Amino acid sequence: MSIFINKDTKVITQGITGKTGQFHTEKCQEYANGKNCFVAGVNPKKAGERIFDIPIYGSVKEAAKETGATVSVIYVPPPGAAAAIWEAVEADLDLAICITEGIPVRDMLMVRNKMKEKEAKGGKKTLLLGPNCPGLITPDEIKIGIMPGHIHKKGRIGVVSRSGTLTYEAVGQLTELGLGQSSAVGIGGDPINGLKHIDVMKAFNDDPETDAVIMIGEIGGPDEAEAAMWCKANMKKPIVGFIAGVTAPAGKRMGHAGALISGGADTADAKLAIMEECGFKVTRNPSEMAKLLKAML
Amino acid sequence: MKIHEYQGKQILKKFGVTVPRGIHCTTVDDAVKAAETLGGKVWVVKAQIHAGGRGKGGGVKVATSLEKVREYAGQILGMQLITHQTGPEGQKVRHLLIEEGADIKHEYYVAALTDRATQSVAMMASYEGGMDIEEVAHKTPEKIVKVFVNPLVGLTDEQALTLAKGMGMNEASIPQCVDTLKKLYTCYMETDASLAEINPLIHEGDGTVKALDAKFNFDSNALYRQEEIVAMRDLDEEDADEIEASKFDLAYISLDGNIGCLVNGAGLAMATMDTIKLFGAEPANFLDVGGGATTEKVTEAFKIMLKNPKVKGILVNIFGGIMRCDTIATGVVAAARETHLSVPLVVRMKGTNEDLGKQILKDSGLPIISADSMAEAATKIVAAVK
Repeated sequence: MSIFINKDTKVITQGITGKTGQFHTEKCQEYANGKNCFVAGVNPKKAGERIFDIPIYGSVKEAAKETGATVSVIYVPPPGAAAAIWEAVEADLDLAICITEGIPVRDMLMVRNKMKEKEAKGGKKTLLLGPNCPGLITPDEIKIGIMPGHIHKKGRIGVVSRSGTLTYEAVGQLTELGLGQSSAVGIGGDPINGLKHIDVMKAFNDDPETDAVIMIGEIGGPDEAEAAMWCKANMKKPIVGFIAGVTAPAGKRMGHAGALISGGADTADAKLAIMEECGFKVTRNPSEMAKLLKAML
Repeated sequence: MKIHEYQGKQILKKFGVTVPRGIHCTTVDDAVKAAETLGGKVWVVKAQIHAGGRGKGGGVKVATSLEKVREYAGQILGMQLITHQTGPEGQKVRHLLIEEGADIKHEYYVAALTDRATQSVAMMASYEGGMDIEEVAHKTPEKIVKVFVNPLVGLTDEQALTLAKGMGMNEASIPQCVDTLKKLYTCYMETDASLAEINPLIHEGDGTVKALDAKFNFDSNALYRQEEIVAMRDLDEEDADEIEASKFDLAYISLDGNIGCLVNGAGLAMATMDTIKLFGAEPANFLDVGGGATTEKVTEAFKIMLKNPKVKGILVNIFGGIMRCDTIATGVVAAARETHLSVPLVVRMKGTNEDLGKQILKDSGLPIISADSMAEAATKIVAAVK
């Protein structure tokens, strides 16, 4: 098993006709069961055409109805990306994965609140991964996103991180030590996003084929601390934790009023301390994440 | 992106918030003319730089005669204004705001910002205006009142009233305060701000509520649709190297250490900096070359790092995914040649075509030190610069 996706998942690509969408759809098709997974593309102006062998539909709703797809991946450029997310939500998909980087924060605020409003009214809940994320992969089954497939190996370790290349770093270390991954998830670096560390940790906890997790965070925001508190009370599996940004200057990434709201708990040191207190094995040396995890198994 | 106070007040005024009458100027003569135009007997001469804490640094003076306006404008224009936000070298003052005096009865604090935990807009207010709000939050957090605004609904009358009352606003001024808060919220949303802060907001003897300061940050992702805001950008206030880097789509921030680093991805870049510190040195910069680094981009990145005279060594850390290691290696070799690199260079490459990349570095004949892990790379560069 794995979390969120597996070899039988059917995927729609929103923004398939753009350069980025085309490039990565081809790579995703080439990976493991990708040929059978990537079943539809969306572009209202090119409905009825095909790209590679994938049929293009006029809307997500239509693509989902025709193909039975339940997941979409979004490469739509920033000005239209939030609307693309909303289209996936309105089509009642299970999961939308937004790769797009640079979406205005106001657009994300609006679409996230629309999603919550829909759920509150009893509408179907669509999970959102990202935006500004590498996507997620279940090795040897399916890859949805922009990560290099070949560094992964099938196995029983979960990886979750905000950053793309830091996820690859953890995966690369694990594979080198012979430890495969159940799933590796990049939740993205934007301030307003969908799935957070806590949501992914819950999924790994429930997944019988995940034995242990590497959780990687960054400075800013309360998410890692929240996940750590949840893990302290609920997580049954060992966790290695790392937070990037011990040396990052304050105020360069976030205005001081932002730090104010989170009460100063969002420095790397503060987060590492909370994670340690909650039973994580934390490290300040990102080169030894996998080594530490192996020692805990 | 940040703007000056005088520009922030223009924006507030456009959205209907009451601000003092004021005139922006860049010479002493114009400052005196501005005071004459404004009339009255009291003027405030305010240095315009992007950093806060200007009053304490001597950048804000109250003048009671035109002669004093001339004197203060002469002192402030051109000075290196040092505040807790500028760093020890200070920031040169190139712009002034001359304002009419205000009849300050009390100073309050109000602000709007995006709250990531609740995915809403947080509006905050306090009776303790005019001072550093971080200090208030630290010492007396109960004196800050907050409401969280659902952007689908907007700031409600009820929420605005909660803020106005919670901040202890003068009773007679509450209706105007509620109105001001609602306008501040609209302004925040429509300009794609990430912070809008009025500190202080005052009430005057006749009850008028006025914004005596204006501080804005804007979401850089949204600048493509905010032409008016972009026109307010003042490059003199920004780091020249960071601007140069942004032209090549490189995210660069200069720091105080002596090891330059070039990395792909923000998270891995921070992790690399942290590793350098862990092994006993300090990073000279943050530099993310992003996903699609070309030879040109890598060369520009080297040039920008090497402009910093403190740099005694460079660490390149690339996790090749879509970006292949051989492409990066070719770029690094070309950059080292073009910049006649004279400081030690350690390169750590992982991922796609790793071996090919290492071979290119080796065949270049350049004294490039290769490393397999981040820790090894950091150990080697720290040893090389000692």
